[in-house]
Amino acid sequence: MNTQTELAKIEQRAKIKRVTGKTLTYFFLSVWGIFVLFPFYWMILTSVKSYSAYNAEYTPKFWTMAPTLENYRAAFTTVPLAKYFLNTLIFTVVTTVIMLIVVTLAAFAFSRLEFKGKNLLFTLFLALMMIPNELVVITNFVTITNWGMRNTFWGLILPSVTSVFYIYLLKENFAQIPDELYKAAKVDGTSDFKYLTKVMIPISAPTLVTVVILKVIECWNSYVWPRLITDDPNYYLVSNGIQEIREHGFGRQNIPAMMAAVVVISVPLIVLFLIFHKKIMAGVSRGGTKG
Amino acid sequence: MKNNKLKAWLYLLPAIAFLGIFMVYPLVDVFVYAFQEGFNFASQTYKGVGWHNFSYVLRDPYFLQAIKNTFIIVIITVPASTGLALLISLGLNSIKPLKNLFQTVYFLPYVTNTLAVGLVFMILFKKTAYTDGLVNLIISWFGGEGIDFIDGPYWAKMFVMCFYTVWVVMPFKILILTSALASVNEDYYKAAKIDGTSKSRIFFRITLPMISPMIFYLVITGFIGAFKAYSDEVAIFGTDLNVAGMNTIVGYVYDMLYGDSGGYPSYASAAALILFVIVLTITVINLMVSRKNVHY
Repeated sequence: MNTQTELAKIEQRAKIKRVTGKTLTYFFLSVWGIFVLFPFYWMILTSVKSYSAYNAEYTPKFWTMAPTLENYRAAFTTVPLAKYFLNTLIFTVVTTVIMLIVVTLAAFAFSRLEFKGKNLLFTLFLALMMIPNELVVITNFVTITNWGMRNTFWGLILPSVTSVFYIYLLKENFAQIPDELYKAAKVDGTSDFKYLTKVMIPISAPTLVTVVILKVIECWNSYVWPRLITDDPNYYLVSNGIQEIREHGFGRQNIPAMMAAVVVISVPLIVLFLIFHKKIMAGVSRGGTKG
Repeated sequence: MKNNKLKAWLYLLPAIAFLGIFMVYPLVDVFVYAFQEGFNFASQTYKGVGWHNFSYVLRDPYFLQAIKNTFIIVIITVPASTGLALLISLGLNSIKPLKNLFQTVYFLPYVTNTLAVGLVFMILFKKTAYTDGLVNLIISWFGGEGIDFIDGPYWAKMFVMCFYTVWVVMPFKILILTSALASVNEDYYKAAKIDGTSKSRIFFRITLPMISPMIFYLVITGFIGAFKAYSDEVAIFGTDLNVAGMNTIVGYVYDMLYGDSGGYPSYASAAALILFVIVLTITVINLMVSRKNVHY
């Protein structure tokens, strides 16, 4: 009898310990969740506060009773936000498409075709992965300036249409496709190019989609190169646009309008993320780096 | 067969052309610039060859400030973000309900434009004539004194900088560590449980050694990334980082190249090469340490 109550007591204690442990874990995780989400909440909240209401709040309020879309109208009319948007869209689409072509052709040559010096060349390519962008950007700036391509889309696009890392990623993927398929296609008289477009690309579609998504994120967020190469607001991308808005846009105090612009700029990628979050996270853990 | 060889080079031509023009040639050119003394951008002429650009950069107070800022950011954010990411990943790994939701939420900062969200952070921390800002409100709840984190004292600015940097780099680290933890073989834990091993012993003797390669991978990439800090600084303090006293090495390189203080590719190249040497040294040290301590 006595030993039984002892046992029950021990079990009880273990259970309490387990429950408190779990509660603490959930609490801790929720706190970080709030840290992550709060800036997003704050930018949306501020963007729907009216200008006068915002500036009247000496103590910031955590909600608003009178939401307004006025700031969104201001964001599109006072500053050329739509133009920045369109520029970024053009930049992103053209860069991604050209990069896909360049990268796929190179990966195909490395994985399927036989030629002298292939391994040496591939090693040289891999060595280029270690070169930080900061070292080459100086000359690229001079090159593009000398070509008269400042403030043009080509000046923005050309330096970022190759990526050794994506060539490597695709080559690994292509190499997994069985040799028999290639030989069978050769027997049937299929050309190399047709084999690439009809067989290899469809089989590797998941990897290609990952590459596209990562590149789109990179393009949408790129700041340094566009800043160097454009000083004409007609060619600003969203990152440069937001910097311009911050410094000259609505007047320094119109923070709600600024936040509306920030929301508009953030939405496309967040939507993309909500749709493809599994793919994006898998892709990044395979090959993304940031920070 | 000869035909085939030609074809291979044809497939590679675009990649080789772009890499040649925008990677290999610049890599040689950066050394040329760095050692040309008194280079004039307009006339494309130079006076001599030597180490002058390096000694100029190393004596420039702005560069020394940039070095100091960069090192502080590196020393604070790399351990802080890696440690915090490890704690969060351990927490994530020990729960089942809501795990996917938490994981998705934590990853959100990765896909957002750092310039745009930086503006939100600036507003949260900034103190103006109209409002003390949200962070100061929270400080006052705990009886603290309000402070301007954006235009105020150096340590306050550095705090915001490090806080934002950690916020930005966390998603990647949590993602990598969570998948590393999930891939540790369950059998080890079962065996330890049967032996009645304590939780801390399990962590230090099983979990940590098993995921140590990934931790070192994160430390190495974290160091490299933090040394190249730049756009996060612009996001918080604006484009004129020298005035804010918050410039970084990469920021110095770009300022020398372009903008009001720009037009000096030689100084920019020298500074970029100094940065490269620093990063290379730290990475080699990291690799040597990891070879000693990591269990593969």
